[in-house]
Amino acid sequence: MAVEYQPRMVGFLCNWCSYAGADMAGTSRMTYPPNIRIIRVPCSGRVDPLLVMKSFEQGADGVLVSGCHPGDCHYTEGNYHARRRFALLRSLLDFLGIEKERLRVEWVSASEGGRFKELVSSFTEELQRLGPRSEVSP
Amino acid sequence: MSMDEKRIGVYICHCGTNIAGTVDIDAVTSYARSLDSVVVAKDYRFMCSDPGQELIRQDIKELGLNRVVVASCSPLMHEPTFRRVCEETGVNRYLFQMANIREHASWVTEDKGEATEKAKALISAAVRRIFYQEPLEIKEVPVNPNTLIVGGGIAGIQAALEIADSGSRVYLVEREPSIGGHMIQLDKTFPTLDCSACILTPKMSDVGSHPNIELIAYSEVEEISGYVGNFKVKIRRKARYVDEEKCTGCGICQEKCPWKVPSEFDVGVGQRKVIYTPFPQAVPNIPVIDRENCVYFKKGTCRACEKFCEVGAIDFEQTDRFEEVEVGNVIVATGYDVMDPSPIAEYGYGRYDNVLTGIQFERMSNAAGPTGGNIQLKDGSTPESIAIIHCVGSRDENYHEYCSRVCCMYALKFSHLIKEKTDAEVYQMYIDMRCFGKGYEEFYHRLTEEGVKFVRGKVSQVTDQVIEEEEKGKLILVVEDTLLGSVIRVPVDMVILCTAIEARSDAEQVARLFSLSLSADGFFLERHPKLDPVATMTDGIYVVGCCQGSKDIPDTVAQASAAAARVLAVISKGKIEIEAAIAVADEEKCSGCKTCILLCPYSAISFDEEKKVSRINEALCKGCGVCAAACPSAAITARHFTTEQIMAEIEGVLV
Repeated sequence: MAVEYQPRMVGFLCNWCSYAGADMAGTSRMTYPPNIRIIRVPCSGRVDPLLVMKSFEQGADGVLVSGCHPGDCHYTEGNYHARRRFALLRSLLDFLGIEKERLRVEWVSASEGGRFKELVSSFTEELQRLGPRSEVSP
Repeated sequence: MSMDEKRIGVYICHCGTNIAGTVDIDAVTSYARSLDSVVVAKDYRFMCSDPGQELIRQDIKELGLNRVVVASCSPLMHEPTFRRVCEETGVNRYLFQMANIREHASWVTEDKGEATEKAKALISAAVRRIFYQEPLEIKEVPVNPNTLIVGGGIAGIQAALEIADSGSRVYLVEREPSIGGHMIQLDKTFPTLDCSACILTPKMSDVGSHPNIELIAYSEVEEISGYVGNFKVKIRRKARYVDEEKCTGCGICQEKCPWKVPSEFDVGVGQRKVIYTPFPQAVPNIPVIDRENCVYFKKGTCRACEKFCEVGAIDFEQTDRFEEVEVGNVIVATGYDVMDPSPIAEYGYGRYDNVLTGIQFERMSNAAGPTGGNIQLKDGSTPESIAIIHCVGSRDENYHEYCSRVCCMYALKFSHLIKEKTDAEVYQMYIDMRCFGKGYEEFYHRLTEEGVKFVRGKVSQVTDQVIEEEEKGKLILVVEDTLLGSVIRVPVDMVILCTAIEARSDAEQVARLFSLSLSADGFFLERHPKLDPVATMTDGIYVVGCCQGSKDIPDTVAQASAAAARVLAVISKGKIEIEAAIAVADEEKCSGCKTCILLCPYSAISFDEEKKVSRINEALCKGCGVCAAACPSAAITARHFTTEQIMAEIEGVLV
């Protein structure tokens, strides 16, 4: 049997909600696909499109940016800036030859361990469906 | 060794078997040893323990480490611990990095190979990142010694008195016209049966007269800004239409007001006047005009209260006023809502006269309540049988999954009070008896000897549909007695519903106001469920009492005192460190486009008109990094989260 294709994901999680949400998934011993690598940032608003592109350049198959729910940002409005910024970046990804589904922007609160688990699972499935990334011409 | 040489030590924690059970520690440790600039990599059973910490201290001294990585649990758990260890040994706290191989690896991955690979990737990221980390200067600012307490129930009262008694100033903001919260509505308190008002009113009057407490009742917090040690709070004082300075609290206005409406305090069991204090022992003892129901406000005539007020305190022209206070810490003690059982249609609340909630029964049983403490049916007669249904809306997937923790005990208390005052038969319809506190189990035993009938089962229906002759005129409970294994019908005169304690309906807005998180049950989330149950993710903001989760009076008081102690610790220290991981702008790179100024949520960036560059105010910046991500000339650096550092981390996780 062929080994199932295992996509590699980078997750930029805000310190206040989503990182704590991922911790909650751990504390509650919820298992999810092991392919995500989490990077802690102060706020989803800190995530520069450059960091997302760097992740793709380094071979990531998918990138997750996750912050506090709209309205709940620890810094009041950083997640709104992230939302707008990545709506724009997503629309450019196709142009760059990267399916826009490979970038996800989500909201996970500190208590939503279950939601984080579901998110990683569904993202992994979607990336498996998309298959390995096609070569991007420089 | 040169001054610039990076000498990194990596420490891998087994966390007992929490990590070592899934992650191959030896493989990870030798991998860490192979990474660039790593001088030493060691593993230990519990890195956070004394010997674990000592291991790091020794290596810093003996091997001249200038950067430390610990691969263990979440940084939200132990980053402060290890930062302290580093700092004590002369390594700046920002030259420490954690790799979260427990919450993000060993606990969420079943496959040992995968977990080990993930741990390696996270360590490689931490090591690559720390290479670029820089020491940051820690600055301190003075702490404002005043404290804001939001909510004047027993939680807020207790915390206010503890803090005020120590000599610090407290602003106690209460939304209702009087402090006292739910506790002042109760009759007796379990398991000791002391009267709730008797133990609470002295504390209330202490609050009212305490020289260090400014009681701001009938008011709400509108806005809060700032950070631990230095918050600015805007408070709305709602119009009472009574001049607080002039009012003597004589009560003549209430006596003369000709209009009555159902009393919120008596939960609809009794009535109150339109100008009122919720109850006679109200603190402050100043009435409020209920504008919605006041005939003068509705029709333009009456003003009876004004005519009789000898001191001229009635002021129909009064408007909401705003006040600003500055505090160093905030305790949120906003309490709970009693669940409205109407949606549980099968219990007939609102449909049958003699189906009451627990809190309504408290008012009825209270000697100061609307019936003078008489337990009576709607028609005024004395009930011959009463059933108490437990877990109404609690431990029920359709409503609240959690246990409300107080119902078993107050149901037992009700049984005792009913037995004391009437000859009625009492039935307890319970799922499990949860009598976990000090003296609680003993109280349960005492009640089993008082002739109370216990039926183990969840009531499926309360109905007036008669089958047998003896059920006529009664409310019939249909319940499966799980100990008998059969469905039984219990005819009674009165039904008391032990309704769930639930989060306040506006908990979400309040959470937003104070930058709190909500847990899945809707209550405010504490910083750590076990080790930090009063602090929150926002420094300087604490949660106490039922706003954090259902709890009884002793637990609430203990939590309130704990929060007070935490606040006093901050006050007595007198100063607080401010986050050094903030943004800085490089004026040589800044193009003066002002993008950052528009984005900054704290208005921390100003524009230097002379040099045409942005400047970031260190005291106002919170380090969110939004400006750094948006700056088109890369002129802004988010300290400790620099692009270089995060890029290195990306390379590390994707090795």
